[in-house]
Amino acid sequence: MNGKLYVARSSEIAARRLGEEMMIMSGRDSTLFTLNEVATAIWEAADGATALDEIVERDICPVFEVPLDVALRDAQSLTEELAGHGILLISDKPIQGSRSDPGPSGKG
Amino acid sequence: MRGEADAVHIAVDAITARRIPYAFAQRSRKRSAVPNLATAVERCTVIEIGGLPIRICVDDPAFSRLLQDRYTGFVSSSQKARFEFEIDLAPAGLISPDDDVRVLLRSGRWSLDRGDFHAEWDASSARGRIRQTANPYSIDAVLRIVHTLLLAKEGGFLVHAASAVRNGRAFLFAGVSGAGKTTIARLAPPDVVLLTDEISYVRKQGDGYSAFGTPFTGELAKVGENTQAPIAGLYLLAQGPQNQIEAVGKAEATRSLLGNILFFAEDAELVKMVFESAFAFVARVPVYRLMFVPDASVWKLIV
Repeated sequence: MNGKLYVARSSEIAARRLGEEMMIMSGRDSTLFTLNEVATAIWEAADGATALDEIVERDICPVFEVPLDVALRDAQSLTEELAGHGILLISDKPIQGSRSDPGPSGKG
Repeated sequence: MRGEADAVHIAVDAITARRIPYAFAQRSRKRSAVPNLATAVERCTVIEIGGLPIRICVDDPAFSRLLQDRYTGFVSSSQKARFEFEIDLAPAGLISPDDDVRVLLRSGRWSLDRGDFHAEWDASSARGRIRQTANPYSIDAVLRIVHTLLLAKEGGFLVHAASAVRNGRAFLFAGVSGAGKTTIARLAPPDVVLLTDEISYVRKQGDGYSAFGTPFTGELAKVGENTQAPIAGLYLLAQGPQNQIEAVGKAEATRSLLGNILFFAEDAELVKMVFESAFAFVARVPVYRLMFVPDASVWKLIV
């Protein structure tokens, strides 16, 4: 990955965490996404101000014991997929006005 | 490590909502084609499903009679209606059943489009028009969509599920086509009142939820009873080697419910409401997996 990549949750979604998984519904076409534990960690950290490589290094590698290059490649793939569905925003600059709240958490 | 996002299309499923009625349309065309015109027919018919009356007016007496026949048991004498539609009948040939449904709110007007109909109404006055050919399946689809919009704002929803009342309590049986909704409805003993074998109508009432009968039929082609009861449980259907009920965790229950809810509008605000409604429902109503063999013994478990 060349340069910084910033990611932010779209405001056009509904999201809730149940246990270790995050459910996200696109407000655009009502598609439901279920994120696993790793993807949920990235989603929750996607505040628009923190670069993706910093998120991976800080929140993913130490917790899930995975090499940085592998984690970063997968994280980039994930964020591009979610961006393609319009539920995540990607930019090479910090994203202003994005959601700081990852959505309500339910009890699993 | 692998971050995964599993995309599951909920409900909106235009495909299911569209194709089942059409398959049925082909089988039942002879029965519903020629209404009896011997008596005078009211130009407007109020169809009240789930306690929400919608007035449908049409100049063609034959089609008006067809509506009254089709929605027998759900025709209301109420003068008040939450919605009012005028139907403009189009010549045959308009139908293009492969087109997807689109439901949009623009500049205060809702529009519904599918290959076989166009409907639009003013969001504030709740009055509008439907252009379709003289068949009951287009108006049926319009009614379903309108009810999904009405329910979304009230914490309710339509869901792909059979439902029935026993001992004053309603039970829902959810699943995609082929899961067994019609089978379990067909196997119901005489003391069970069928609300629907295809599309269940769920409204939030007080601290709980109630299921209402609907005229929206599946393969059983039997209109539900126009009654209601508090929902005692939601069963996720799975056919198997024995009858068995298992508890389902909230995450799976919510995911499964969301996967069966019908919602069609491309409207972020309403989508969020439906999403939250599913979580609220699962927090209140017990959800189980019901594995069953296709015989009447399964109803011994539903009490």
